[in-house]
Amino acid sequence: MTEVRDVVIVGSGPAGLTAAIYSARANLSPLVLEGEPSSTSDQPGGQLMLTTEVENFPGFVDGIQGPELMQRFRDQASRFGAELQTVKATRVDLSSRPFAVWTSPGGSGEPAVTTRALIVATGAQSLMLGVSGEDLLLGHGVSTCATCDGFFFRGQEIAVIGGGDSALEEALFLTRFASKVTLVHRRKELRASKIMQDRAFANERISFRWSSVVTAIQGDTSVTGIALRDVDSGAEEILPVSGVFVAIGHRPNTDIFSGQLEMGDTGYIRTFGGSRSSVDGVFVCGDVQDDVYQQAITAAGSGCMAAMDAERWLEVQGR
Amino acid sequence: MSTTMPTLTDATFDEHMANADVPVLVDFWAEWCGPCKMIAPVLEEIAGEQAGKLQVVKLNIDENLDVTRRFDVMSIPTLLLFKDGEPQMRIVGARGKAQLLQEISSYL
Repeated sequence: MTEVRDVVIVGSGPAGLTAAIYSARANLSPLVLEGEPSSTSDQPGGQLMLTTEVENFPGFVDGIQGPELMQRFRDQASRFGAELQTVKATRVDLSSRPFAVWTSPGGSGEPAVTTRALIVATGAQSLMLGVSGEDLLLGHGVSTCATCDGFFFRGQEIAVIGGGDSALEEALFLTRFASKVTLVHRRKELRASKIMQDRAFANERISFRWSSVVTAIQGDTSVTGIALRDVDSGAEEILPVSGVFVAIGHRPNTDIFSGQLEMGDTGYIRTFGGSRSSVDGVFVCGDVQDDVYQQAITAAGSGCMAAMDAERWLEVQGR
Repeated sequence: MSTTMPTLTDATFDEHMANADVPVLVDFWAEWCGPCKMIAPVLEEIAGEQAGKLQVVKLNIDENLDVTRRFDVMSIPTLLLFKDGEPQMRIVGARGKAQLLQEISSYL
């Protein structure tokens, strides 16, 4: 017989682990399916595992490294009795209760676990450019993780694609290594916060290529340049770089919930009053339901909401 | 599960490969790499379970740039599988245990 839990949490970023802390303290013995190692920001600990300094998480006056912050979240969840499994949820059945969850490896046959309440905190992962050369050269000059790969570009000229906070954070970090960082953005202005913009504009090693999109990444065994098109004039140009860091945004990790939970127009899971999803007993938190804020602190806050909503719902159900 | 994985350096790499009698999986890693930390326990498990068929070793890229450059490692974690001293396959980026095992299985 497959075990029936009170609370299963899928995902282990700030949202999932905060939900774990709260539901563990409510004596619900949550099981966290934290995911499997990956370099595409769909991994245990979530997107902060691929970042360096986090300067805006309240309480850490001098900042804290992303992976260390997530280790602390994890330790705190464990301390109150949350059970964490380093497996990936590969399939869910939300059509009847208790809900069934399958995990990798396997995914067929009996579900790995069933649960009365399910908390979805699967987050989001980096979007890729989808241009020629990108797949071939991933790991050979194309990167989605500046903190992992910046080291290899010491003294070289590289490009960062994107115009949000993540893109600027990567560009600033990469100036520690690269001799020149060109930020390529499809618009004429940045989306990033004012403080990040000020820092980037003040950095002599960063230059900007406005209104430009990448049409191809060039190179046989490693990156030699990127083809750019000016979106206004249509002019094409090759920018010679040995590294390309992609930070053009994220897409929510909703594949296993497709057709089972209602999603909004942008593909994020819809919530109805707090953290409730379209299915009674399924609660959603963090970036997978947030196409606006997408911060560690808002994810953590929504994880707390999901745990409290789940706890109250279980009480009403007379579990 | 606390199998200690041998650590290779620029100085010991070639000799180690020349003397290996089983395939060697080299984990190119660094202290500052989050995904490298994620796969470390996975590699330890694999090292323990595949002992005798496969050796898993670590190489810190910060301290061993020669070997890192020689094999064109430009992203970490990178895993390189060597057989008879020659690189056979490359895995770039972190993976779960099942997928890693599947990718290296045909070389064991």
